[in-house]
Amino acid sequence: MTSAQAALHEPELALHIEDLTATYHRKPVLWDIDLDIPPGVMAAIVGPNGAGKSTLIKAALGLVKPVAGHVRFFGRPYGDMRREVGYVPQRSSVDWDFPTTVVDVVTMGLYGQLGWFRRPGRAERARALAALEQVGMQDYAARQISQLSGGQQQRVFIARALVQDADIYFLDEPMAGVDATTERAIVAILKGLRDAGKTVVVVHHDLQTVRRYFDWLVMLNVRVIAQGPVDDIYTAENLRRTYGGQITLLGPDGAP
Amino acid sequence: MTLLALLQDYTVQTVLAGAVLLGLTSGVLGAFAVLRRQSLIGDVLSHAALPGICLGFLAAGSRDLPSLLTGAFLTGTLAAVTVLWLTRTTRLKTDAALGIVLGIFFAAGVVLLTYIQTTQGAGQAGLDSFLFGQAAALLRSDLWIMGGVTAVALILILAFWKEFKVATFDPGFATTLGLPVLALDLALTVMIALAIVVGLQMVGVVLMTAMIIAPAAAARQWVDRLGPMVALSAGFGILSGVLGAGLSAAGRGLSTGPLIVLVASAIVTVSVLAAPGRGLLWAVLRDRRAARRLRARQVLLTLDRLARDHASPGFRSDEGLLRAYHGTPPRRALARLEAEGLIRAVPHGPEDHRHWELTPEGQTRVNEFRLDGES
Repeated sequence: MTSAQAALHEPELALHIEDLTATYHRKPVLWDIDLDIPPGVMAAIVGPNGAGKSTLIKAALGLVKPVAGHVRFFGRPYGDMRREVGYVPQRSSVDWDFPTTVVDVVTMGLYGQLGWFRRPGRAERARALAALEQVGMQDYAARQISQLSGGQQQRVFIARALVQDADIYFLDEPMAGVDATTERAIVAILKGLRDAGKTVVVVHHDLQTVRRYFDWLVMLNVRVIAQGPVDDIYTAENLRRTYGGQITLLGPDGAP
Repeated sequence: MTLLALLQDYTVQTVLAGAVLLGLTSGVLGAFAVLRRQSLIGDVLSHAALPGICLGFLAAGSRDLPSLLTGAFLTGTLAAVTVLWLTRTTRLKTDAALGIVLGIFFAAGVVLLTYIQTTQGAGQAGLDSFLFGQAAALLRSDLWIMGGVTAVALILILAFWKEFKVATFDPGFATTLGLPVLALDLALTVMIALAIVVGLQMVGVVLMTAMIIAPAAAARQWVDRLGPMVALSAGFGILSGVLGAGLSAAGRGLSTGPLIVLVASAIVTVSVLAAPGRGLLWAVLRDRRAARRLRARQVLLTLDRLARDHASPGFRSDEGLLRAYHGTPPRRALARLEAEGLIRAVPHGPEDHRHWELTPEGQTRVNEFRLDGES
């Protein structure tokens, strides 16, 4: 049976996760996750440190092997949907002193579509440059990547995902350690994606900006505490259940 | 012996060809090992080859090279897999796992080596040459094995260039692209193991890892792209091999392997110190230039501050005052500023200290600095 003929499971959802459980050294880091994200939303995953936010994304993309549960993208398993799923890892996950250029990193987003033995050519380079333009980094195409600032690194990583032209994007802490200008630029890019009908899922750490940036919210602390439209979910009660005592750290801006 | 006579010597030719193949393979594969921060895997593989060489000898009953290399490859791979298993299933970090595995395998190798030497006679076995290498023992037939490994390594790297590149830079992302990252890792590790095994005869288990690390580490200093880095690393590897083998042939009884490693280390030293951009010497020069610029700027601002304190734009500052203000004599900074036309020395009444005042250009520069500071 080919994947096209396989029965679709929850095809109307951009992301459907059921019973997902993942462990690290036998300790559960994700416990019995049931999660649904509809298409065309910009969703934030929030939760305290160690809540399993990054692990949730990695488990959805097959980078962490779950001990139980399944994941579907528009009804299909990840293996069939690779090209429709873009991933922006934490920028600290790679060595930025690697000997390569900005445009080369972005071109890497096309390596999967290119297939074995084919070298990226003029067409791939043009697509990479277009993606760089989308994030405002076209002038840096020939730069060695070690010369970039944190915010520029982040934008290069986003361009590498954009070049894939996926339907659903996962970003792991894209706003961590970038300046305010870059954060605004990144949010504008992501909102642009959502307005073009894409689904955007972001691991986010700043509660103050959740309501301003996102329209969908998942609150996570090993289990899913709450999920749904931000306006329904962002309540004092849910925040307390997710963060426990740490919620007192919230400023007046962040309080609902 | 003249150079020409040397080059016509059968043994010298064989050793030179072996050194070129060794340098080329370890240079290319070493570039990837260094970028993956897996330099030490080479150390484990080479030390863990020793028990395999001994077991190969015991199995074959003689110093039969294919048996020895097969044994070396098997124990080397077993060691690498053990390291992987330890880091995945226990909380040991990679460096600790590497150290433990290297120690166990090398100790087992030394025990086996002494066992063979006492039971079979050291001269007969001659296995201890694998400890530090014995290039002169290299045969023409060995070159075919080395050449085969080199060819396979080069073909693999060229054919899967972009896959190896992205899997080295960002393995997680490479996985999401659908690339078999584990298989690529494995292929690279096996190739490194093979390169080390065939290089052991020349350089020996103790020093072989330097051939993996040194050319690549040196190459990274000079270039900023993966392609040039791999090419330059191969070039440095070949250069070390040829120079080392040449020095050993020209000198008397100097052993080839260590000489090759010494040449490679010399290349690293020069690269770390002098490579443009990344070299330490350039960094020191850059720092000193920046420090001098900063100091001149401070002195200039002090002159301006003194003038403003005295509410007189053309105020002439006593050099002694500047010295007291900055702690050390600002003579070089003053000379530099004077040369740039930003200040000028002026006589001032009965005092014999030099006095300084800002020129109009100097005043303009001060205003720029102050604007910078405010924005």
